[in-house]
Amino acid sequence: MSGTTPEISAEGAVIPRDIADDAAGRRPRRPRRNKYRPVWEEKPSAVGQVTKFVVLSVVVLAVLFPLWTVVVTSLSTTQETISAGGLVVVPGDLTFNAYKQILSGGVVTRAAIVSVGITAVGTFISVVVSVLAAYGLSRPGSFGHRPILFVFLITMFFGAGMIPTYLLVSSLNLIDTYWALILPGAVSAFNVLILRNFFMGIDQAILDAARIDGAGEWRVLAKIVLPMSRAVVAVIALFYGVGYWNAFFNAMLYINDNAKWPLQLVLRSYVLQGVTLPGSGTGQVDVGTGAVTGMPIKMAVMILAIVPILVVYPFVQRHFTKGVIFGAVKG
Amino acid sequence: MTVPAVALLAVFAYVPMLGNIIAWQSYSPYQGFLHSPFVGWDNFERVFNNPAFLHAVENTLTITVFQLVFFFPVPIFLALLLNSVISPRIRTTIQSIVYLPHFFSWVLVVTIFQQIFGGAGLINQTLRSNGLDGSVDLMTNPDTFLVLITSQAIWKDAGWGIIIFLAALSTVSPELYEASVVDGANRWRRMWHVTLPALRPVIVLLLILRLGDALTVGFEQLILQRDAVGADVSEVIDTYVYYQGVIYGDWSFAAAAGLVKGVVSLALVLGANKLAHVFGESGVYKRA
Repeated sequence: MSGTTPEISAEGAVIPRDIADDAAGRRPRRPRRNKYRPVWEEKPSAVGQVTKFVVLSVVVLAVLFPLWTVVVTSLSTTQETISAGGLVVVPGDLTFNAYKQILSGGVVTRAAIVSVGITAVGTFISVVVSVLAAYGLSRPGSFGHRPILFVFLITMFFGAGMIPTYLLVSSLNLIDTYWALILPGAVSAFNVLILRNFFMGIDQAILDAARIDGAGEWRVLAKIVLPMSRAVVAVIALFYGVGYWNAFFNAMLYINDNAKWPLQLVLRSYVLQGVTLPGSGTGQVDVGTGAVTGMPIKMAVMILAIVPILVVYPFVQRHFTKGVIFGAVKG
Repeated sequence: MTVPAVALLAVFAYVPMLGNIIAWQSYSPYQGFLHSPFVGWDNFERVFNNPAFLHAVENTLTITVFQLVFFFPVPIFLALLLNSVISPRIRTTIQSIVYLPHFFSWVLVVTIFQQIFGGAGLINQTLRSNGLDGSVDLMTNPDTFLVLITSQAIWKDAGWGIIIFLAALSTVSPELYEASVVDGANRWRRMWHVTLPALRPVIVLLLILRLGDALTVGFEQLILQRDAVGADVSEVIDTYVYYQGVIYGDWSFAAAAGLVKGVVSLALVLGANKLAHVFGESGVYKRA
C-alpha cells in the first residue's frame, strides 16, 4: 500500500489515516500529498515526478516571467532601465512615477477612459440583450422558436465578411463614433447558446410553480432564472467584457480620429511601434530631470491594459469550466 | 424577448450578408449598393487570376497546417499532464495561471514578445551582457515567422485550450480505470485504452471547428506584425482583403475575395462534420 498508511480497526476494516486520527483524538497529521491517489494507482517513479515538476514549472514560468519583467520595468526609474539595457528583471529603485505621469491626463488617460466606457456600456448592452434572447429561446413553445434559433446558428457558421460590414458601418455614419465599437459585435450567437443551454437545464417545475403563483415571464426571468444563473452570466459578461476591452481591429477600422482611440490602439502606436507619446516622452530618453521616460512609461501602459482583467479574473475564473462546457454542447 | 438580439443580428450580420452583392458589382461608394452597375463574375475572375491573392491563400494554408501540427496537440498534452497532478490545490493554481494569457489582447501579446525576442529585447540584452552576439531579431525574421506566430498562439491560448479536455477527463468513470487495473493494465495502457478514447469526441469536435477556421488564422496577430516582417510571409486572406478593400478602395474585388473565403470555410465545416458522422462521432451538430 502506497501513500497514507491506513489503520486497521478492531473490526478489520481499513480506516483512512485522517479519520482514524480524528476518532482517536490525535492531532491530525498534515495531509500527505498523495492522499487523493486512488488505491489501485501505482506510485509514480522519481524520474516521472521530476520530469512532471520541471515541465509544469517551465509552463508556469513562461506565463509569469514576462509579466514579472513588465511589472518591474514599469516600476523602475529610467536610469535603471538604461543600465539594464531595456527590461529590468531584478528590481532596483522602484517608483510609481511612470503611472503618475500616464494617469495625470493626456493621451493614455483619455484612451483608458474611452476603453473603460466602451467596455462598461458594451458589456451591459451585450449581456442584457443576450440574456433576453437566451431566455426567449429556452422556452420550448415560444413563438418562432425554431426559425429564430436557426437565425442565430447561421451566424456562427457563415460570417458576412469584413468589407460589407465596413461599408454598412460607414453608411450608417458610425465611423469615428464609439457605437461602431459596440453595435457590430454586440450579440454573439455562441454566448447566447451557452446561456440558453444553461437556462434549459433549470428545473422546469420551479418555473411552473412561479407561473402558477402568477409570475409573468419577466418576473420569472428576473426573480428566479437570473439568481440561479449568476455564475454563467458572470462568465458571459467576462467574455463580452474582455472582447470589448481587447478590441483592436474594430477600433483600427472604424476610429480614425486619434483623440477617440481606445487603449489598445494607443498601445500599438506608442508601445509596439514606438511612436513618441506626446507629452510623456516614450521615445526620447531624458535622464536627470526626475521625470520617468522611455521603457517604464511603455511598460506602465501595458500594465494599464492588463490590470482590469486581473481585477475581474479571480472572481469569475472558477466558473470558466461551466461556461466552456455549456458552450461545447450546442443545440 | 428575442427582439433586440434578432434586430442586432439582422442589421449587423444579415444586412452585410446581403451587402456581399457588391462582389458582383463594380461598386462605387457614391452610387451605393443599389445603383452600382452589375458586372457578373468579373470580380471573382480577377480574384482567382490574381497571384497576390493566391499567395495569400498559400500563406494562410501553410500557417494553418503548421499550427494544426504544432499547436493543436499542446493543450491535449498539457491537459493529460495536469490531470495527472494529484493535489487539487496545485492543479487549480496552475490552471488559473495558464488560462490567464487567453484574456490578453493580441497587441499586448505581440508587444510582450517584441520586448523579449525583439532586436532590443531581453534575450539580446542578456546575450550582449555576456559578451555574445546580440543581434538576433526574431520579430523581423521572415524565415522564423511561422515558428514565432505559432509560439505566440501557444503562449496565448494553449492554456485556455486545456479547459475542455480537462472537463472531458473529469467525466471518465474511475471504475473504467479500476477495471483496467484488474485486467493488468499499467499507467500507459490505461492512458491509451481509457483516457484517450474518452477525449476522442472532444478532439474530433475541436478539429472540425478548427477546420472551419482554417482560412482565418490570427487576423489581429498577423496584421500587427505584417509591417515588421513583410507581406511576403505574413499576408493571409484576411489581411489581403483588408488592404485591397479598406486601404486601396477596391471594394468589389475585396468583397469577392472575402466571400470566397466565407463560402470555402462553410464548406469545410459542413464537410468535416459529415466526415465525423461517417466515422461515428457526433461532430458539431447532429444530423437533422
